[in-house]
Amino acid sequence: MLTRTLDSLPRRHAATVAAIDWAGLAAPEAKRLRELGFDAGVSVEVLHGSSLFGGPIACRIGRMTVALRRVVARAVAVEPDALPAE
Amino acid sequence: MHAAPLVALVGNPNAGKSALFNALTGARQKVGNYPGVTVERHAGRLSLDDGRPVELVDLPGAYSLDPASPDERVTRDVLLGTQAGERTPDALLVVVDAANLDNHLRFTLQLLALGRPVVVALNMIDLAERDGLTLSPEVLARELGCAVVPTVAVRRRGLDELRAALSRALGEAIGTAPARQVEAPTEDMGALQRRARALSAEATLAETDTRRWTQALDAVALHPVAGPLILLALLFVMFQAVFSWSEAPVGWIEGAFKALEGWIEGTLPPGLLRSALADGAIAGVGAVVVFLPLILILFAFILALEASGYMVRAALLMDRLMAGVGLSGRAFIPLLSSFACAVPGIMATRSIEDEKDRLTTILIAPLMTCSARLPVYTIIIGALIPARTVVPGVGLQGLVLFALYILGIAGAFVAALALRRTVTKGSSSGFMMELPKYQWPRARDLLLGLWGRTLIFLKRAGTIIALTTIVLWVLLSFPRAPAGQSQVDWSVAGRIAGGIEQVVAPIGFNRDIALALIPAMAAREVAVAAIGTVYAVDDVEGEAGQKTVVENLRARWSLPTALAFLMWFVWAPQCISTIAVTRRETNGWRWPAFMLAYLFGTAYVMAGITYWLAVWAGL
Repeated sequence: MLTRTLDSLPRRHAATVAAIDWAGLAAPEAKRLRELGFDAGVSVEVLHGSSLFGGPIACRIGRMTVALRRVVARAVAVEPDALPAE
Repeated sequence: MHAAPLVALVGNPNAGKSALFNALTGARQKVGNYPGVTVERHAGRLSLDDGRPVELVDLPGAYSLDPASPDERVTRDVLLGTQAGERTPDALLVVVDAANLDNHLRFTLQLLALGRPVVVALNMIDLAERDGLTLSPEVLARELGCAVVPTVAVRRRGLDELRAALSRALGEAIGTAPARQVEAPTEDMGALQRRARALSAEATLAETDTRRWTQALDAVALHPVAGPLILLALLFVMFQAVFSWSEAPVGWIEGAFKALEGWIEGTLPPGLLRSALADGAIAGVGAVVVFLPLILILFAFILALEASGYMVRAALLMDRLMAGVGLSGRAFIPLLSSFACAVPGIMATRSIEDEKDRLTTILIAPLMTCSARLPVYTIIIGALIPARTVVPGVGLQGLVLFALYILGIAGAFVAALALRRTVTKGSSSGFMMELPKYQWPRARDLLLGLWGRTLIFLKRAGTIIALTTIVLWVLLSFPRAPAGQSQVDWSVAGRIAGGIEQVVAPIGFNRDIALALIPAMAAREVAVAAIGTVYAVDDVEGEAGQKTVVENLRARWSLPTALAFLMWFVWAPQCISTIAVTRRETNGWRWPAFMLAYLFGTAYVMAGITYWLAVWAGL
């Protein structure tokens, strides 16, 4: 399946982080993102999209749940895992 | 050589570090400050099985040795032995969340590279098991090369084993490298992370579905539509409870102070001393202590929301709104605390990493309607706003109170917007937070937190507030007025107020208000006590002295004056404690001076507009 960014990943759809545009993020944000476990090859899943007005999303990364703004999620390229059998 | 070896308790945020610290040291704790920074130092003593004492210092939670906030900087500096006022730790007690090894082991690996003896507490092992994880402490110990002890800090499980492991680790430490500065490890974060993941996978024997409860709750709490509605409902219930639950205890406290006043009046002969005690000290302190129940209920909610893990979700839900005025969702928690009191609110801004963001939050925190404003609002509204029903179930008085709260919030948002474009200009800060698992708040922790608040509040009431009301009483009572003259006009305070009155007369303030404003700098609620004292002293035996404060207000204040006074209190930074904590948190007088200027300026203008609009409208 094609690579897409984390902010456009459908909810509850397991994916793997393909690459992160570290250079495109502000330094403190990049650092925090790294510390929260974001890295190529890690499994990720969007648990909650933004609210009605477009706030942050919540996603599972490893065994953690992390909230991040959509602009940051856009810097995370993900490879969606195969669709589960319907 | 120091008698007791120093052990540093260190780990990621949300690893249950403080719970472990409490479990290990119990009541033998000391809270201090690191020199030069506003980070608290929590230290305690524990005895090893052989009776050897150990000093345990609880370092602020951190994700790595590369600090992002003042708190994390202290953690790094203590670990590297470069923190002023702290010895280099002889051993490290590393706390990791058993359910989050992927992430927490990375910091552990960094800490192991420091070369000090390490014991790892595999904390919250019960929750990890409930989450469907089967871990092997033995594998972890072998791979890390240090003791690994499964613990459940909140249930005091594993503490004996932990002490024994510490004892062994410290035994090895004797005769090894003396306490000195150590080198920060340089391994790159990505490599560490990969090693941590590999380790975690190796130590995990089995894994099933995770965090079912938390995910089920989040499905509702973070729902795009239901989430904000639930938050709104929670806040509504919270503020509703603050007023309705506090009614009875407020009545008891009022009764107790009335009884005390009566007892003094019955025991002491009439005269100055009796007046000083009854009209000054008891009345002043009583007027303030009655608000203790309100503050405690509000804090009980805030502490419970924090302990349960919901507060971070609330911050997430509020992030969009906060981003609109250039803040982040993180500012929500300090601002919510500021509804109880701006002082803990401003201290809570330490968790905001971005400096500009933090400064803006500090500058607008005093605009949240703190509990000290309530006595002022309620008495003025009760006395001068007609108790009319606007629509069935909604009274005019309640509506005015609600409007004052909303005005504070709206004012804060406008101020944040303006500040972010001028004095605290900078790129908008981000919002990235770990959402912890939901937990049932523990009664013991809540009670400890509330007890701390009660002590702080009573100390304030017993010292600052008692002192200011007595000083005010003295200034109002001397020199004694000759017969036929008003005591207040003749007194020192009356003459000072005469000067202030010149300044505040254009915004509709009378002499009573001018008199009350100065002592109200100590604490807003003193304004009520001060006005009461003015009337009590003015005409002790006569008409005014016999009437209640409310009756006096009705007789002497016009509605425009009352409205202007309320508007003044929405904005004015009438609180020395807030100014002091702002100075401490911003390391200088620059920002508190700015805060005073912008808030008093706005208060003056807004109160003036209110007064003249009300007069013009013929109220």
